[in-house]
Amino acid sequence: MSEHAHVEEHFAGTNKLFVSIWVWLLVLTLIEIFLAYRPMPIHFMLTILLGLSIIKAALIMAYFMHLKFERLSLIITLVPALVICICLLFVFFPDSFRSAGLRYKFKETPPVAPAPAEEP
Amino acid sequence: MSTEARAEHFPAVDWEGGAFPYRVGHRKLGMWLFIVSDSLTFSALLIGYAYLRASNVWPTPFPFYPSIVFSSVMTFCLLSSSLTMVFGVSASSRGDKAGARKWIFATIFFGVTFIVLHLIEWNHLISEGMRPFYLPEHWVKVFTTTDGVPPSPLFGATFFTITGLHMFHVASGAVYLLVVALRVNKLKHEDIEISGLYWHFVDLVWMFVFPLIYIMSVDVGGHLAR
Repeated sequence: MSEHAHVEEHFAGTNKLFVSIWVWLLVLTLIEIFLAYRPMPIHFMLTILLGLSIIKAALIMAYFMHLKFERLSLIITLVPALVICICLLFVFFPDSFRSAGLRYKFKETPPVAPAPAEEP
Repeated sequence: MSTEARAEHFPAVDWEGGAFPYRVGHRKLGMWLFIVSDSLTFSALLIGYAYLRASNVWPTPFPFYPSIVFSSVMTFCLLSSSLTMVFGVSASSRGDKAGARKWIFATIFFGVTFIVLHLIEWNHLISEGMRPFYLPEHWVKVFTTTDGVPPSPLFGATFFTITGLHMFHVASGAVYLLVVALRVNKLKHEDIEISGLYWHFVDLVWMFVFPLIYIMSVDVGGHLAR
């Protein structure tokens, strides 16, 4: 084979597959926008939105970034380390909730300490 | 023969050297490692934003128009740009360099549209009085709690930092893709695939920025419109 001969590179996945992934990503985005206007507790909203985002990120990584068609060793090297590092960042949250408690004023007056017992 | 194709021809035991244990070239592996480190940068920023949000009174000022309409169209642009990019990489894998260039130009078009829309959206907020370290006066009035605790002025700081850094990534990506498109005949398929990896990553980051920054800050009750 000469140096300049045309070499077909292997690239798995058909255009039809990629269009269907794009449609799925658009549908998930529309669900997110719809949810924005549903009254619900912020914790539910955050959980659902993050869940949808993780699904979207997984679709992009698997198909558009072609990770699904790469060797398992590459996936195992990249993904778990990233996920663990991100999870470790959540270690700061107890402090966030603590400072929220410090900032707000108490509505009720704090209980008064009992008067010291009189000496006989 | 590309590095990837050559990698497939190495029958040696993976970890004894001289082999490609991941079956990818060193440049592609390098881009993956860069993506992992950049993911951590964005994660740290988003978690920092969540930290501030949980420990403060946080305003939710974004109206349906212009904020949500603009950001939704921007999401559509980025998702479509990823599709055109994957078509470009697919064309390149078949040796169709002209097709690859056409699709990469389409990707740049969507990327630039994203930036233009984003700048218009920023301009709306800036003209309303939002700045990195303080909020418009009427927002403060509306979002102050009944206990008299005012909303955090850091809303603008987190918004401009996170969306600004993302916009910078889109802009650098557009320049990167322009160079790739202009030199497509000289580049190997793997190089085009690597530029695609970067572009999809920029799209992936927006999949977190859009719901966490925009959707979670929607003015559901229309408090500001009253």
